[in-house]
Amino acid sequence: MPTQSFTSCTNCGPITVEVKDGRVVRVRPLVMEEGDLAPWTIKADGKSYSPPKKVTLAPYVHAERNRLYSDDRIRYPMRRVDFDPNGERNPQNRGKSGYVRISWEEALSIVASEIQRVQATYGPSALAAMTSSHHNWGLVGYKMSAFSRFFNFLGYTQVFDNPDSWEGWHWGATHSYGFIWRLGMPEPYDMLEDALQHAEMIVFWSNDPDTTRAVYDGSDAAIWRQWLKDKGVAMTFVDPFYNYTAAAMKGKWLAPRPGTDAAVALAIAYVWVSEGTYDKRYVADRTVGFDEFRDYVKGVTDGVPKTPNWAEAESAVPARKIVALARDWASKRTVLSAGCRGGEGGACRGAYATEWARLMVLLQAMQGLGNPGISIWGTSMGAPWNSKVWFPGYGDLEGRIATSTKVARRIPENKVPQKLYRLTLPDAILDPPVHWNGVGFCNRNFQQQFIPFTYPMEGCSEVRMFYRYGGSFMSTMTDTSKWVRMYQSPKLECVVNQDCWWSTETAHADIILPACTSLERDDIGEFGEPGGQTKGGSSGCNYRVVVRLKKAIEPLWESKSDYQIFSELAGKLGFNADYTEGNSDLDWARKFFEISDLPKYISWEEFDRKGYYVINVPEDYKSTPALRWFAEGRPCDTPDPNNFKRATAKANELGTESGKIEFASESLRRMAPRDEERPVSPRYIPSWEGHRCEAATIYPLQLISPHPRFTFHTHYDGHTAWLNDVPVHRIVKDGHAWWPARLHPEDATARYIRSGDIIRLYNDRASVLCIAQVTERVRPGVVHSYASAGKYDPLQPGNPRSPDRAGCVAMLTPGRQMSQNVPGMASNSCLIDVEKWMG
Amino acid sequence: MTTYGMVIDVSRCTGCYNCFLACRDEHVGNDHRPIAAPQPESGHKWITVLEHERGKFPRVRVDYVALPCQQCKDATCLSRAPNGALYRRDDGIILIDPDKAKGHPEIVSCCPFQAIYWNAAEGVAQKCTFCAHLLDQGWKEPRCVEACPTEALVFGDLDDPTSRISQLLKGRATEELHPQFNAKPAVRYLGLPKRFVSGEIAFADRMSEPAAGVCVSLHDGANSLDGVTDAYGDFAFEALEAGASYVLRICAPGYRPREIAVGAHHDMDLGAIVLEPASAGGD
Repeated sequence: MPTQSFTSCTNCGPITVEVKDGRVVRVRPLVMEEGDLAPWTIKADGKSYSPPKKVTLAPYVHAERNRLYSDDRIRYPMRRVDFDPNGERNPQNRGKSGYVRISWEEALSIVASEIQRVQATYGPSALAAMTSSHHNWGLVGYKMSAFSRFFNFLGYTQVFDNPDSWEGWHWGATHSYGFIWRLGMPEPYDMLEDALQHAEMIVFWSNDPDTTRAVYDGSDAAIWRQWLKDKGVAMTFVDPFYNYTAAAMKGKWLAPRPGTDAAVALAIAYVWVSEGTYDKRYVADRTVGFDEFRDYVKGVTDGVPKTPNWAEAESAVPARKIVALARDWASKRTVLSAGCRGGEGGACRGAYATEWARLMVLLQAMQGLGNPGISIWGTSMGAPWNSKVWFPGYGDLEGRIATSTKVARRIPENKVPQKLYRLTLPDAILDPPVHWNGVGFCNRNFQQQFIPFTYPMEGCSEVRMFYRYGGSFMSTMTDTSKWVRMYQSPKLECVVNQDCWWSTETAHADIILPACTSLERDDIGEFGEPGGQTKGGSSGCNYRVVVRLKKAIEPLWESKSDYQIFSELAGKLGFNADYTEGNSDLDWARKFFEISDLPKYISWEEFDRKGYYVINVPEDYKSTPALRWFAEGRPCDTPDPNNFKRATAKANELGTESGKIEFASESLRRMAPRDEERPVSPRYIPSWEGHRCEAATIYPLQLISPHPRFTFHTHYDGHTAWLNDVPVHRIVKDGHAWWPARLHPEDATARYIRSGDIIRLYNDRASVLCIAQVTERVRPGVVHSYASAGKYDPLQPGNPRSPDRAGCVAMLTPGRQMSQNVPGMASNSCLIDVEKWMG
Repeated sequence: MTTYGMVIDVSRCTGCYNCFLACRDEHVGNDHRPIAAPQPESGHKWITVLEHERGKFPRVRVDYVALPCQQCKDATCLSRAPNGALYRRDDGIILIDPDKAKGHPEIVSCCPFQAIYWNAAEGVAQKCTFCAHLLDQGWKEPRCVEACPTEALVFGDLDDPTSRISQLLKGRATEELHPQFNAKPAVRYLGLPKRFVSGEIAFADRMSEPAAGVCVSLHDGANSLDGVTDAYGDFAFEALEAGASYVLRICAPGYRPREIAVGAHHDMDLGAIVLEPASAGGD
């Protein structure tokens, strides 16, 4: 039988899937006809820059075939052996007991009758359901689509996600320069051209774009940084870890202690104020509140001048290096690359990380943010980008079957007002009531950050049934052994888990439902474009490519598509017709095609046959660099559709209350004027779990756990054995693939640890076993180990105190929120010690 | 005629392992006989990525050297392998015949680059084939090159003067990974890591001021290399001869000059060198 080719798109790149005899034999970067690609050209200093005529993938996507056929696929519906919905439920054995295979009919009948029983007995709010982050691509199958449509029809207690990749930017930087609609990230438009034409220096501050890849954009931007390096643009990295971008760019390295970045930032401001090397005119015209900030920097307010020597004492970065960076920065047209999109970096997930993120904005304001070569830019989005052709992303209301009035006749509305918050969900089950501020992703207005919530809500029930879709949180949230304790609570009478692979939480469910991957179902989606709060995400790709995700093979074993599972469950519950409106997943995909601009350029039949459409940049493309309009006092001319002042009388304003950059925040002055932990003008506040704390005498090392390099979220690790031979990712010793933890030779020697030793990372919260990598790439006193291990593997299953040997270092991190009014996670404010594991 | 070769530009490699993983996708579980038997699920690295970390905190350097079969002109594997198990095609690609090589684990040790692996399940030695089975179907490049995001891997016909690889070789001097093997590889390198001496200068009486613009020089008796500290007070001498000993001289007006012996180490970061003011008293 000849080989058949199918197009598809993953979280990090579009692919061609080749199938022979019903089996996937090859997965490669999407093969396109050369004539379909019209590469853009950027001219700078007499040179022309154009991307190669191809798409690139994140490394792990090359292992998609390995993941597809993984031994870790959930093959059949399962029931926990000691779970009897009509008798003993044994919740205390969740995480410990094994499973028996059951039929789909039995599984769906139990799930449907449990939903009915729980909602009839306690009320609709007794059902809670939640997803993991982006486990696969495609507008129909995405969690906000098929999942949300089902549960909104049913009514359920929704769990707000904390903005885990944004945190400090979301809760902090928004109060300095707006961009609420981007959760505190700046717009990215045409920043590649700007950097190639104007930048003389890039300061990467807590940013490793070669590792985080603008999240969804394959490896397309890696070559941009090569161009910038070849051009001789100076690069300096501020990070406790000499990260992979630093290594590739051969950058200079300043390594502050975790949690002290704000002190270094203030000392840089101090140098600029003292030496007069900031843009006084810009500060006068484009900002408010500078005097208040300057007085704090100079020590007028608190008697402590924020000198480089002061910052050295906090951060351990030599004062002379801070002075050098400040002078270098002020003397050159400098890009501040703080976070890959303006987020994601570890410094934004720590105690008082709002202050660091705000200071990043303010430092660039002092240098004239928006002027040529002076930007906040991750080096990973902002290629020439055709904004004229509209195609929805999953972050757009129009891009979901749950919310798009354009594709669905009826949009269900969740009638349950009660909410939960992801970071405190275990506390809510174990020890209610819980309180927090904010709706999670607050992308509409400042007020959303301050809405107080209490669980349980008056008139609602506590949660009695938990429907979990995915299972990543043991290694991505904070203080996560409490998730095990939550699952074992008798309050949860039934737990369902639906996923493609056995993940960290799967084995805590009573009923497990096997979902298939996106290679086994039909869908549609654009490479790298989430829409919504990351509109223009595909400008991190060298080409805009809309892809028909084609069903390359039948669902493996007894797995079914998420849409199919929810359709059948809706059938059992009596609302299948409302849920599906008679549509297959392919029918929905076609509707998304039809509501987009694509039919103006290609017929459905042709699109379906080829499997992709490339939205090229037109020949007469005119760039509109991000924030240039603001620097020049013009109305916004960028294609930023969610900027609510755009095309209004206030179009030359930022999204702040004053419309300017706020050294003293008007929104905070109005809504939280007495908050000393997120004051009106940003400060350096020593971490509540940092090197100065008393706990540091017992746990002297600081753990940082940034976003990982060789797995997307948790979704490739653990299920993709090929990755175990990538030594940055895992290292096999004695038959087990261990998660690396990196530490400095000084700290290793003091503990008789060598590279390759199995070590225990521990504190009062947990113990995690890792493999030691002794390296000069971490500063002394710091342990670096990525978050997002795909598995949880306790030595004593079911015991939340058990050491884990899968690398869930999130178990070690504090559950405390960033500051009193800021419910963000502070995973990088974490004290531990390390010892050789004698097991 | 066609002779295939590859250029690996170490200075463009970010250590993403796309090449290694694309190779896995092409070969693991896929039978491409007679070119290659299936690669096993784990252990083999037909193109491996060797990580070199050098220097000391906070002046660290990391380089990634990708290493596939070097397709040597003077290939010891060809001359030493038993049973005619290895052969060279007209296009220069050396292949291991999966049938003839069966049961000969000694083939693995024929390669000084350690680019040959033993597949216990198939009972055969294996290595990178430049994806010859794909080239034979009309592909322009092997999977690893297709997957490379930064053009660090360039593949093509060395006999075609218009090919990208020929143009690249014409423009720049390439190197062999291990010239001491005298193997004349068809895989050539750019930007291989070279020996360096680096460090930082600071002024004892002005520790919070960067010691920018300080003259430093490196002497090996006959010759000297001149350098100057950058805005951060850091200096580095690059591309030094392996095994040579040097003396580093530091000369800053108003400060006592320093001389530091630099032994015949491969690489050295001397850390922070603090200069005392000239008026600070005698020796």
